[in-house]
Amino acid sequence: MLTVCVRSRLGSFQLDATLNAGSGVTALFGPSGSGKTSLINMVAGLCRPDEGRIVIDDRVLFDAKAGIDVPPEQRRLGYVFQEPRLFPHLSVRSNLKFGWNRVSVAERTVDFAAVVEMLGIDHLLDRRPAGLSGGEKSRVAIGRALLASPRILLMDEPLASLDSSRKAEVLPFVADLAKRFAIPILYVSHAMDEVLRLADTLVLMAEGQIAAAGPTEEILSRGDLCPLTGHGEVGTVLSASVDHHDDENGVTALSFSGGTLLVGRIDSPPGAAVRLRIHARDVALATEPPRQVSIRNILAVRIVSVTTTLDRQVEIKLDCGGAVIRSQITALAQSHLRLTPGMQAFALLEAVTVARGDIVDRPAGHR
Amino acid sequence: MLTLTPLEIEALRLSLLVSCCAVVGSLPLGIVCAWILARLDFPGKGLFDGIIHLPLVLPPVVVGYFLLVVLGRRGVIGSLLLHWFDFSLAFTWKGAAIASAVIAFPLMVRPVRLSLEGVDPGLEQAARTLGCGPLRTFLTVTLPLIAPGLLTGLILGFARSLSEFGATITFVSNIPGETRTLPIALYSLTQVPGGDEAALRLCLISVALAFAALLAVDILARRIQARMKA
Repeated sequence: MLTVCVRSRLGSFQLDATLNAGSGVTALFGPSGSGKTSLINMVAGLCRPDEGRIVIDDRVLFDAKAGIDVPPEQRRLGYVFQEPRLFPHLSVRSNLKFGWNRVSVAERTVDFAAVVEMLGIDHLLDRRPAGLSGGEKSRVAIGRALLASPRILLMDEPLASLDSSRKAEVLPFVADLAKRFAIPILYVSHAMDEVLRLADTLVLMAEGQIAAAGPTEEILSRGDLCPLTGHGEVGTVLSASVDHHDDENGVTALSFSGGTLLVGRIDSPPGAAVRLRIHARDVALATEPPRQVSIRNILAVRIVSVTTTLDRQVEIKLDCGGAVIRSQITALAQSHLRLTPGMQAFALLEAVTVARGDIVDRPAGHR
Repeated sequence: MLTLTPLEIEALRLSLLVSCCAVVGSLPLGIVCAWILARLDFPGKGLFDGIIHLPLVLPPVVVGYFLLVVLGRRGVIGSLLLHWFDFSLAFTWKGAAIASAVIAFPLMVRPVRLSLEGVDPGLEQAARTLGCGPLRTFLTVTLPLIAPGLLTGLILGFARSLSEFGATITFVSNIPGETRTLPIALYSLTQVPGGDEAALRLCLISVALAFAALLAVDILARRIQARMKA
């Protein structure tokens, strides 16, 4: 568990941030220049905050009042930088072993062969970094940080320098990391697709301040945070699991606390956890059970609240077996249906997007 | 023709000894100065830079005279060395090595400084986060990365030491077998009648030595380049 509470003057603005990062992936999300990299550098010990405290697993890394400032080499944190930063004079193998060799055998928490196998870099071991592709360099950089057996893995937009196809090549490895090696990850990003795919916890940052923090689903479902998350549309992010596949019709049935949803066939095996995104605009409402409609995903819901927004739209918060879904309808439709909190209704889901489909608990060694 | 006379062997041996000691001995200080110039910013840095480069622009005789005044038997530091340790640099090959080192120093520092400025500090940060302290980071990451600059510095310094004349003859004079290096031996031969043929032979030896040094650098530099790319 990483606890950070720091304040520092950074050029034109004041960084003032408090955050916790426990197990799983914690994404630090915000626009460029919001202080994300500075914050992560302070955690790594590469940059010194003016005041505050940084603690990991009861070990104090920095405490301005007590005059503690542990140098980066003693912090035991893995850092994957924006650029791969591989040592050009060393082979891939020596790069990977650079941090590994500094850790005593008793303290090694990861296995060299397992990391090499998971990242698919065994055929590169004897090459020099100069001859590798961007995606390969990124994977080696991730492996090198991981092999230092860190208490936490800091990743500063490790995919930012890659094009979209290279990104697709590396992203699944990052997704696998936290699960397979049980190392918490603090992931800095300004790309929402990466956050949706990876993050268990989301921390929103803007102008050096923490705007919001909490479970990814919860934060992304909050309408008031839309300007910060960059998600123009209000929506819902739900956790679900694969129930079964219907290959004949090319669909996958997903179950969540509020019932079952059908989506286009996905690759994840039954039982796998998936993350769904439902835009509020794609949720229509009916006061009676609709019959003879083309929409397959119809859920019985209870209306929690009705809020009129400025542009003649009404945002309705729905409870569906404990899960919260948002619907956006026109003020005209609302005046016709007369929806009030506490009413039972039916939500018609026109589109359901699987945002995190292939993050699954695979048995080790199998891909 | 191809066998060297004892006088030539003596001069060659002295030249190599003096030059090797000069560059190897001053290399650590050269790296430190290059690092200070490349990485630190402090008031008076311009002055520091100027002092290091001074031997490059001063007449070597001035440097030799300065060394004589400071390190000579009656010099400010030289007299103390003589008094405390019964040790003197004046009129010895060690003094010649000091003179060569001072003259060659700016030529050695410059390429090291340039290659240090070319090292991505991000790589050093990466090494720190991977568990290396500052010194270890310097030895395992920075030093190998500036190897080409170090090599260039060493060779430039070595070449300048081989050709050192003015400061050496001023500081440690012209003593056969002790301070009479190749250029000084050559100069001595031109001062006596009938020394032309012997002078020419020394000339050719100097040329061969310079060529061998350049060739060695080229081969080493290619090896370093190839290692980074493979």
